[in-house]
Amino acid sequence: MANRRVAVTGMGVISALGENTAEFWQALIEGRSGIRPIQAVDRTQFRFQNGAEVQNYNPSKYFDEKDQSLLDRFAQFAVVAAREAVHDADVEWTTDLKERTAIVTGSCVGGQQTEDEGFVSLYKNGSPRVNPFTIPRIMGNGGASRISVEFGVVGPTYTVSTACSSANHAIGQAFWMVRSGMVDLALTGGSEAIFSMGFLKAWEAMRVVSPDTCRPFSKDRRGIILGEGGAMLVLEPLEAARARGATIYGELVGFGMSSDAFHITQPSPDGAARAMRSALCDGGLVAEQIGYINAHGTGTAANDATETASIRKVFGAHSDKLAVSSTKSMHGHALGAAGALEAVATLHALRRGILPPTANYMAADPACDLDVIPNEARKQSVEFGMSNSFAFGGLNAVLVFRRV
Amino acid sequence: MPDDLEQRVISVIAATQHIPADTITIDSTFEELKIDSLDGINILFAVENEFNLNIPDEAAQKIRSVREMVDGIRKLMEPGEEGQAGVPVSA
Repeated sequence: MANRRVAVTGMGVISALGENTAEFWQALIEGRSGIRPIQAVDRTQFRFQNGAEVQNYNPSKYFDEKDQSLLDRFAQFAVVAAREAVHDADVEWTTDLKERTAIVTGSCVGGQQTEDEGFVSLYKNGSPRVNPFTIPRIMGNGGASRISVEFGVVGPTYTVSTACSSANHAIGQAFWMVRSGMVDLALTGGSEAIFSMGFLKAWEAMRVVSPDTCRPFSKDRRGIILGEGGAMLVLEPLEAARARGATIYGELVGFGMSSDAFHITQPSPDGAARAMRSALCDGGLVAEQIGYINAHGTGTAANDATETASIRKVFGAHSDKLAVSSTKSMHGHALGAAGALEAVATLHALRRGILPPTANYMAADPACDLDVIPNEARKQSVEFGMSNSFAFGGLNAVLVFRRV
Repeated sequence: MPDDLEQRVISVIAATQHIPADTITIDSTFEELKIDSLDGINILFAVENEFNLNIPDEAAQKIRSVREMVDGIRKLMEPGEEGQAGVPVSA
């Protein structure tokens, strides 16, 4: 079968900016940050105070008690986002479609909150046993499996774990499956829930978490702000979407991947450039066609300067015409959910002709000399947008979207 | 002659980096000792454990030599010095 064009027909988000896509997008265009003092743990124990947590999340609103006992917070976020996306796409489930649907989710560390609770039970409280549902709650595929059960999907279903690039890798794989004709629908994205003492302490030891807020590309940036949440997309062939009158949010046109082969935590401009070029090539595009990049933009000294250098490597003189922003400045770095949140942001940006800003921006850094849309969203019509994820371990995944 | 604090810092760096202590002096830079960013945070972890200190990230990022590390620790160990707390962001 020849390659088919792939449309995005549904989106779902739960994040620090709200419990649905509308709230997420509204906050982004207002330049409103969801970074606040951490509530889940005793923040006086940490060198940093702030995070991008989902606010006032009530599991009972979405799951009965039995389901709550089987699902870690990260898996719940995946399901909540998937429900919104499927409802949004108004999918007509037939037996045939359920066999020809893929579910590909991303998560960095899956149910680590459950794992943390288990450790507290065993090692701190001296209990001889842990919650009997610890294994199904911890497993990284918890979200994907539950989504499969929820919608009766019996097609290819799996989870990808590549640190901060997990969701981009997941979405890219799902994209290729729909494009090639292997499946006729895909539910794809990522989710993460990491606000537990142990995991936050692990991040503290890396010394990359900002003591104040996340200021990507800004001269005085001091590191990342951790976030949580989930985002899911519905992908289907563009022709099928048009035939059934589905809302088409945009088209997914390219996916590129690479490995740095450089350092376990420090990024390499060559690896990132390779992934961006690969995504352009996959989409049959040239660099000059890109108008907006949703950057990986974590707010660390290393990433933002390296990402700037890698963008200049790929785009050359066109770099000065690009609009680049990091929405992590508002929804935080949600690790395995990051790429999915950023896919939704990019799709909306293209569809509505409003580019979200890089929030909390204070001063220009000569090493980050790009137009980073500081602090205020901008009305600008862009046809092709790129979304970057560059993970620890040097694993890079890049998506390219098109306005429809 | 290196004092006790210097000796302890040199020992911690030697143990963490798996290099002989006599290859490290108070004048050694991290670059000379081939200490990269990951080694750096590992050494900070070992030093915090050795001296029971909290070294703030801002100070940690500026440490590029054995002398800077020793001076930084000496300062933190003075009575009344506290680690820098994070800055809460108003909602």
